[in-house]
Amino acid sequence: MGYTITEKILMTHTDLKEIQTGQLINARVDIALGNDITAPIAIKEFRKAGGKKIFDQNKVVLVLDHFTPNKDINSAMQCKFVREFALEQKVTHFYEGGNVGIEHALLPEQGIVLPGDLVIGADSHTCTYGGLGAFATGVGSTDLAAAMLTSELWFKVPQSMKFIISGNLQKWVCGKDLILYIISRIGVDGALYKAMEFTGETISKLPMADRLSMANMVIEAGAKNGIFPPDAITKEYVEKKAKRKYTFYSSDADAVYSDVIEIDGSKIEPQVAFPHLPSNVRGVSAAGNVKIDQSLIGSCTNGRIEDLRIAAQILRGKKAAAEVRLIVVPATPAIYKQALQEGLLEIFMDSGAIISPPSCGACLGGHMGILAAGERAIATTNRNFVGRMGHPQSEVYLASPAVAAASAILGRIASPAELA
Amino acid sequence: MIYKGRVWKFRDNIDTDAIIPARYLNTSDPKELAAHCMEDSDPQFVNKIKTGDIILGGENFGCGSSREHAPIAIKEAGISCVIAKSFARIFYRNAFNMGLPIFESAELWAAIKEGEEITVDSSAGTITTTTEGRTFRINPIPPFMEQLIADGGLMKHIAKKW
Repeated sequence: MGYTITEKILMTHTDLKEIQTGQLINARVDIALGNDITAPIAIKEFRKAGGKKIFDQNKVVLVLDHFTPNKDINSAMQCKFVREFALEQKVTHFYEGGNVGIEHALLPEQGIVLPGDLVIGADSHTCTYGGLGAFATGVGSTDLAAAMLTSELWFKVPQSMKFIISGNLQKWVCGKDLILYIISRIGVDGALYKAMEFTGETISKLPMADRLSMANMVIEAGAKNGIFPPDAITKEYVEKKAKRKYTFYSSDADAVYSDVIEIDGSKIEPQVAFPHLPSNVRGVSAAGNVKIDQSLIGSCTNGRIEDLRIAAQILRGKKAAAEVRLIVVPATPAIYKQALQEGLLEIFMDSGAIISPPSCGACLGGHMGILAAGERAIATTNRNFVGRMGHPQSEVYLASPAVAAASAILGRIASPAELA
Repeated sequence: MIYKGRVWKFRDNIDTDAIIPARYLNTSDPKELAAHCMEDSDPQFVNKIKTGDIILGGENFGCGSSREHAPIAIKEAGISCVIAKSFARIFYRNAFNMGLPIFESAELWAAIKEGEEITVDSSAGTITTTTEGRTFRINPIPPFMEQLIADGGLMKHIAKKW
């Protein structure tokens, strides 16, 4: 019986000769990630357990991206606490200030996470790195503390679901639409405890930015990890970034899946997740007249340069509606600079946008884009739970950068096709 | 272990923003987090509960972010244990790792009313209502998870061999 790519990566990080789904294993961790919200608890647990030295200064990554630039005194104190730990432990990959980017855009961009890696992060969207063909999963702060101390963590080998996607995507349809569509098909716990493996002719042509964006949201279906078997597109993305060895794994032909789901990608139009679940999805043509107060283009899901290019293509020479606050958040300093050099920032500013420094703030209702009671936002982010971006009586609609840009112009949820 | 308390019922898909909104994550102080436990689901929750009370969730309890602040807020608020039809996986890990007892029961949610008092006997694997004496089974806890609980959480568990 063969193995899935997820099983292979897990097994090669143990001393076991064979593994099976449902088995509890201790596996070695290549990268362990924390941020300004989750690392403080992990550091306290690490110290409480008598931890003096992290297992490897090159493998623990600390990114102060959530409530930065520091939104208040408490946030500043949390960042200071993590900074002091990072300096004391000589953490190589410590990011703050002008170096900081949104972690799940930053780590692939900097070549810190690579294909074949086993990555844990005290942040639920750590699953993003499955786009590279890594096993990556979100854990809690105590898990991070254990990994920082011992280099290992416990895992249950998950069952895998296979998604085979075929057909040419329609204009304006991207990875975000595919993953929203899939979440709407299987539900917010449709992949609970499982791996979601993406294959098929559509996937084999799908750019890396879209793969990362899809893998980012598998947690919204309850999955443990999402994974794209690495290929030529992966090679092109990582070969210039990698500063260490990496391995391409693939699933065996006789690997076992709990479910195999085939999807005709050519039938999918741009998707919108209505409040208050990522599975509450409609095609944009069925959105109706939903007026918006804010459009947010950014986040670990859709704040990459490719996303900004699409938004700029739609916003070029046009204005955001007077009643809409358009906020653009380049996800990393490199993306910010690239957008500046390509003239995208000028397009955004001319359209009336606010350009935010890289930060998770607005997406999780932390700062820099909070909604008032009764307000509605369209956002290229990943969650639309009650109160996610602010007041419990505000609403978040999830969509692609193309839909968010078109909606900003028209002042209501709209397809970019309406602007043609 | 025995956990006895009144039941507070919540819907399916209670996410971690509903347990502890992100606006309060600028601290990891358990007492401050507990003061806002379940605030966006029920603003009066922390004023209504008594120590030992029990949260009863539906499917996929604790979905969303990885914030361990969620089980910390619940535990510090005085909730003795959480029962749900199912749990999201990071919340499930976090609860065992930091020592918040959680149990799965598919049938309890539909069978009892909010405010009813129940007793959970984790070693017998049963839930019993105080007034009518009705009994429900809880799903068995995997042996490794039992070991984590017995050791007092993940850090104490790994300290044994570290």
